[in-house]
Parts: sequence; structure tokens; C-alpha cells
Amino acid sequence: MISLPIFLILSAILFSLGLFAVLSRHSMILLLIGVELMLASANLNFIAFWRFGPHPEAMTGALFVLFSIAVAAAEAAVGLSLILLIYRHLRSTNPKDVNSLHG
Amino acid sequence: MADSSWIPYLLCLIPLLPLAAAGVTALARPSRRRQASILTIATLSVAFVLALVLFVQVVGAGGGEAEAVFRRSFNFTWFEFGASSLRLGLLLDPLNAGMLVMVSFVGLLICIYSVGYMKEDANFARFFGFLALFSFAMLGLLVANSLLLLFICWELVGLASYLLIGFWYQKPAAVAASRKAFITTRIGDLGLFLGMIWLYSESGTMLFYDGGAGLLEASSLTHLTTTFTIGGMALSTATALLIFCGAAGKSGQFPLHVWLPDAMEGPTPVSALIHAATMVAAGVFLVARAFPLFAASADPDVVSTALQVVTWVGAITAVFAACIAVAQTDIKRILAFSTISQLGYMMLALGLGGISAGIFHLIAHAFFKALLFLGAGSVIHGCHDVQDIRRMGGLRRFMPLTFATYAVGMMALSGFPFLFSGFWSKEEILHLAHVWPVSSLPFYLALFGAFLTAFYMTRQMAYVFFGSYRGSHSPHESPGVMTVPLMLLATGAVLLSLIATPAWSWFHHFIEGGQTHFEMAAIFEGWGLMLLSIVLVGSGVGIGWWLYGRQVLTVDGPDALEQKVPRLYQALAQRLYVDEFYEATVIRLQRMLACLAEILERRVWAGAVMLVAAAFRAVSRLSRNIDRSFFNGGFDQGCSSLRGSGGRVARWQNGDIQTYLGWIGSGVVLLLIFFAWL
Amino acid sequence: MNSLSEIIAFLLISSLTLGAAIAAVGLRNIVHCGLSLAVFFVGVAGLYLLLGAEFIGFIQLLVYVGAVAVLIMFVILLTRPEDEAAKLPGLRWRQLPGVLIAAGVFLVIYLAIMRSPSLLRDVPEPAALSIQAVGEALVSGHLLALMAIGVLLTAALIGAALFAMEGEDGK
Repeated sequence: MISLPIFLILSAILFSLGLFAVLSRHSMILLLIGVELMLASANLNFIAFWRFGPHPEAMTGALFVLFSIAVAAAEAAVGLSLILLIYRHLRSTNPKDVNSLHG
Repeated sequence: MADSSWIPYLLCLIPLLPLAAAGVTALARPSRRRQASILTIATLSVAFVLALVLFVQVVGAGGGEAEAVFRRSFNFTWFEFGASSLRLGLLLDPLNAGMLVMVSFVGLLICIYSVGYMKEDANFARFFGFLALFSFAMLGLLVANSLLLLFICWELVGLASYLLIGFWYQKPAAVAASRKAFITTRIGDLGLFLGMIWLYSESGTMLFYDGGAGLLEASSLTHLTTTFTIGGMALSTATALLIFCGAAGKSGQFPLHVWLPDAMEGPTPVSALIHAATMVAAGVFLVARAFPLFAASADPDVVSTALQVVTWVGAITAVFAACIAVAQTDIKRILAFSTISQLGYMMLALGLGGISAGIFHLIAHAFFKALLFLGAGSVIHGCHDVQDIRRMGGLRRFMPLTFATYAVGMMALSGFPFLFSGFWSKEEILHLAHVWPVSSLPFYLALFGAFLTAFYMTRQMAYVFFGSYRGSHSPHESPGVMTVPLMLLATGAVLLSLIATPAWSWFHHFIEGGQTHFEMAAIFEGWGLMLLSIVLVGSGVGIGWWLYGRQVLTVDGPDALEQKVPRLYQALAQRLYVDEFYEATVIRLQRMLACLAEILERRVWAGAVMLVAAAFRAVSRLSRNIDRSFFNGGFDQGCSSLRGSGGRVARWQNGDIQTYLGWIGSGVVLLLIFFAWL
Repeated sequence: MNSLSEIIAFLLISSLTLGAAIAAVGLRNIVHCGLSLAVFFVGVAGLYLLLGAEFIGFIQLLVYVGAVAVLIMFVILLTRPEDEAAKLPGLRWRQLPGVLIAAGVFLVIYLAIMRSPSLLRDVPEPAALSIQAVGEALVSGHLLALMAIGVLLTAALIGAALFAMEGEDGK
């Protein structure tokens, strides 16, 4: 019963949740949280495919997730420092306030 | 035939020399008085000499042949259009050889006279320029072998007359007179033009003599007499009558005579040259030149209709004008009506078939009428510009030379027997009228006219030269430059008589061909007629003297004739109301037409033009509005909507990353659907 | 054939993860969101363990829970507005497009999963993920990626430090 589709659907739900957070929440930190959610769901996908897919001895999925985690961490660090900078400048974490590049 | 190649050069040169003088005078400064007069007199002298040369040539050549008349024509092509061409030509024959000599001689004398007469006039040079122009036109008219060339010179003569009558253009009377002259002759010229065009379209040529193909030669005449046109007239009659219209206008025949008396507003030399000797003679010359056309008729025994018309018109004019001359008081007007009357005699002669009689009367008339006019000019000059004969009188004591020459002229005009050319010319005319087969009325009219001529000339002499002086200034004799031409003309008037007597009818045979012979006894052929005319002249002079010569004439008192027949006299003094008649009919009609034309012009045509202009304006306004609202507006609208939509589209870029991400997300979804399942 | 304990463990861990995710996304107090994110990461690590990737799970705990979640908490606390009682606005109609798009994405993925032929393949035997094998693979087969990751991490470190420094200079 616990097989690939279950994990895939689970990760799809998590991805959508993360996407919703990115698109519609009113704080930049929540944006970042959403991004992390999406990344995590993608990682879950990879692991699931490694476990249930062909050639699990190649460890491709697991190694990829390793790199993915590293990248996500680096990206979270840079993004958070950016958020701090913006907060210092605009005194707000609402992404709608960061709109000086408007048309 | 002798070599005649130099003839056309002379024929060209004779009119062209005065034209050159006119051109130089026109272009030079108006202050060059002496130069203008010298140039004109010089060229006219040369023209006279050349005319004499030609005359001698004609006389010499004509004597060799028995019957034929010397006639040389020199034709050339003016321009060609398509298959046909327009040809002009020059002609030399006895008719115009004599006329050339007369015109150039009389013109020369009058120019010399004018040097004295116009001395104080400021426009001296202009006067001589116009005289030179006139001489060119008149001489050109005489040498023309083509009806077209003749017509061109005819019009130029009319132009010169207009310019010279209105020479003193500050006088409104002179301006009106010149206009009247031009318009009246124009009416006649219209007929001439129509006749000319008709002849050209019928016969394809406008040359008179063209080696058998000319208008006046046999083949053309046969064609013209046998073709019939409107009213059952032969073509020759119709065209001849049209040509006669032109001649009647120029020569002052009734009813187109009204311009001649008014033309006396011009300077007296002009009256002498143009309205006595030369221009008015052009009409007579034209009829003489075109005589074969006039005389042509289908039946050689019957007098042609055209000639009959000419005869009647001439006879009526002769008497009509003589009647009016009886009651005039202006010295020049009497002479003007006398001229009209004598022109009537000339036309009468031509109509009766006597070309030589008519031309001889023309030449003789030129001499003595020019003499009379110049004498009148001398009188006017001497009386300090007084022209009313009632203010003159007894001038024979003050101006003896003028009196003597004037008396010669008067006697020639009246037809004093034997010595004076007027007598012989009138004799021939009366003789021809007597034997005219159609009717005797012209004969009686001519007789009456002769009587009247003697009468009114005697009246004029009595008023002017006899009795006591009634004027206010003291008159004086004129300078030599004016009296010498008078004497020359007087001599000519006498001497001319010698060539036309029945004893030595040299002139007759000169014009019409044939051998001449001197026969003293022939003078008394037709002595009955001669006696009759002598009686008439004598009675005319006698009655004139009885009415005017014996009594003391007063300035303001009624005329002696007026006392006898007051209403008739008044009518005659008013010129038999011809001018008034024209005023009431023709002028009124013309004025109505002018008003109509003006209304047409101002309302209809101008209205149409305004309408078109308004339509244009409306169209342009419409186009401007369309342009503004439609194109500009549309363009502006397009631009602003572009800008608006651009702005609106730009507003999508609101700087909000979540919006951007949302679009990306939906795009991804759509792409996925598209690629996965579609 | 999974045993009952496996199923129960899966259900527990997956519901924990799902709940924490929903909480992290939907709560109104941002501090609570951060905390639930940490819980979420723990849940994910548990899922990894379930799947037999123990090493990855521990790495997840170390990096994500230990570093990333803490970092996020730091920033949340540093950027709180003055009035602590201010809450994030709840669900608004304005958020509908986001919901729809998320739902659309889920739908598409779900459909893709359901129709995918890979689901019909045989499930092989699970393989062991030993640390030694991972290390050998990293250094030999994936050396380039390893170096790249190192460069990336260095760059991120420098960048973040630069941002922090710039901010302190008052810019």
C-alpha cells in the first residue's frame, strides 16, 4: 500500500502548499518558508524515486538530494540576509511594499 | 516682256519705307520733333519717286499692247497648313499705279503742310509717327494682290484713322468721334470679312490674279455666277454685296456715313489726308479692284444686281449729303459732307460701269478736296482756331493766297467748265448715268447733286471770304510751309483735267486698255449734257450769290435760307436726324445688350464662378474637417489609445513579485497541460 | 507487502508533516509559522528514514532543522513589527488566484502521476545507503558537483556576509 504514488501525491500536496504560500502570503519570510516547503517536497520526490525506482544501487536520487539540501541552505542564507536588508530600508516585510520597479 | 524682277521689290519698298519711319518714331523719344518729321517726309518722298518709276513702267509697257492691260502679279506662299496653303501677293497694274502716285504725292504735301500746322503742338513727333503708319497701311492696301492682305491693311488704315482722329485725346469730343469712326467702319468691315471668308471657302484662293486661278479671273467668276445661295442670289452677288458693306463703311456711304462729319474733330491735316483724299477713297478703290466680281452676271446683257445696288447707294448718298451740307455752319463740316457727297458720285460712277470715270473723279477729288481742307486749315490757323463760318468773313483781303487757292478748289469741286478737273470727271459720270439701261433716276439725282454742290460751295465762299470780317481776332496769312502745298495742289487740280477730256481720253484707256488718240473735236461729243451741267452750275452759283453774296451777313442772325424755309433748314442743319435715329434704335439696342451682357457677366457667369469657388471652399472645408476629425482625430485617438493601453499594460508590472510569480505559476500549469495532453 | 507497523508509522509521520506544513503556511502569527516549519522539517526527516535513506534524513535534521529553521527564526524575530500583537491578515479574496493556481498545479501533477506508466513497474529490493558508499560516490563519480557545491557555498557565505556588512554601514 505504501508505494510510490502515495509519496508522490504527498509531495504534490506539499508543493502546492508551498506554492500557495509563495503566491499569496503577506510576509517575505513566509515566501521563503514556502520556497523551503517546495524544495523539501522536491527532495521527497527524489528519495521516493530512488527507493521505488530502478537501480537504487546507483544512489543517484540520494546524492542529488544531498546537493539539493546544500543549495537550499545557501539560498536560505542569502535570501534571509536580503530580507534583513529590505527590512532595514523599508521597515516592512510585506512583499507588496517592494514595488519600486513598477511600470 | 522686259525683265520685271525688280518690280516686286519696289512694290514692297513703297509701303515698307514709311513703316520703318513709323517704327523709328515710335521707339525714339517724343521730343525728337524734327527727326520724326524729316524721317516721315523723306520716306514719303522716296515712296513717291518709286511710285513714279512704277507708273512710268506701267505707262511704257501698256502702250505696246493693243487691248491688254498691263498687269503683273507676284504671289508667294505665306504659310502652309496640311495640303492647302495661304498665299499672298503684290500687284501692279494701271489702277494702283496711278493711285500710288496720287497717295504718295498728296501724303507728302500734307506732311510738309503739317510741319507748319502742328508746330505748336506738344505731340508733334507722335503725329508724324501716326502719319507714317497710315501711309504704310494705305500704300500696302493699294499694292495688295490678295484680299487677305488688303483686309489687313484695311484694318490698319482704320486703326490709323482712329489714332489720328483722337489725336487730341484730351478733348472728349475727339475721343467720342474716333470711337464712333472705328465702330461704324467696323460694322462695314464685318461684311467685308464675311465676304472674304465666303469667297475663300468657295474658291479656295484669296488672290485677285494668279495666272488664271485668281478670284477675279474667268474660271472663278464663272463658278461664282452659276452657284446660287440664299434668296436666290448668285454667289457673286452675295459676296460682292458683302464686300460693298466694307466699302460703304470706309467711304461713308449712306447709311454708314455718320462718322465722317464727327471725324473733323481731328487736326485739319488729318481731315485732309484721311478723310478727303486717301482713306475714304479706299472703299472706292476696293470696288474698282473687285469690279470684275461686281460686274459678273450670268447674263452678260443684264446689269448685275451688285452694280445696281452700288449705283443706287451712290446716287442717294450724293444727294443726301449735298442737302445736309447746305445748312452747316462749321467750315470743316461743310467740307466733310461735301466729301460724302463726292464719294457717292464715285460709287455711282463705278456702279454705272465707268471704272476710269470713278477713279479719275477719285484722283481729281483727292487733289481739290485736300486743297480745300488744307485751305480751311489755313483759314482756321489764320483766324486763331475759329471754325464757325459765321464768325469769319472778308478774309480775301487778309489771306489772299489762301483765298486764291481755295477759289480754285471750289471751282474744281463745283465743276466749273473746261479748265477744272472736276468738270470733266462729273461730265463723264453724268454721261454714264444718262445711258444707264436700268433707270434714269440716278441721272436726275446726280444733276440735282451737282446743282447743290455749286450752291453750298458758293455759300461757304460768301460766308468765309466775302463781306466784312465778323470775328474778334485779327486774321493773318499762313506761313509759306502751309501755302506752298496749297499752290501745288491747286496746280495739280487744274492740270489733271487735261488727261481726262474726251479729246484725249488718255486716262480712260490707261485704266481700261485700248489705244488712245488725241482728237480735239471729240470735246463736243455729248454737248447737250455739257450745256445742261453748265447751266446747273451757273444757277447754283447764281442762287448762292443772290442769297448770300449780296446781303450783309451777321453772326447771330438767321441764315438767308433759313428765313425762306425754316423747318427744312432746321432739319438739314440737324443732319436729317440720322444720328438721332441711330441713337434711338441701334445705340439703344446695343445699350440693352450691354446691360444684358453685364447682368449675364455679373450674375450668371460670376455667379457660376462664385458657385464653383464656394463649392471648392466647401469641399476644402469638408476635407479639412475630415482630416481633422477623422484622420487627425483617428490618429490621435489611436496614439492615445496606444499610450493608454501601453500604460494599462505597464501597470501589470506592479513591482509585486507575488503577482509575477502567480503569472509564472499559471503559465507553467498551462504549459504542462498543453504539452502533456494536447 | 508492508507490515502494519510500517503503515501506522507512515500515517503518523505523514500527517505530522502535512499538519506542520499547513500550519506553517496558514497560521497568522509568524513566529508560530517558523516553529511549525521546524516541525515540518523533522517530519520530512522522518519520512526519509521511512524510505530507508537514513543518512539523508540525518543530514536533513542537521542542516535544515539545525541551521535553516534557526536562521528563519532569527530573521522572524529580527523583523517583527513594533506592535507584537499585529497579526498577519487571514485569508482574503485577494488570495484566491494563488489558491487557484496552487490547486491547478496540484491537479496537473496528480493527473500526471496517475497516468504515468512508471507506476506499473516492479518494485525492486531496497538498497542500503552506507556512508562509505556515499563518500566514495561523491569523491569519484560526482567530484565536479562536489567542487561546485563548495564554490557555491563559499559564494553564499561571502554574499551573506557582504549584505550584513553593508547593512551595518548604514546604507
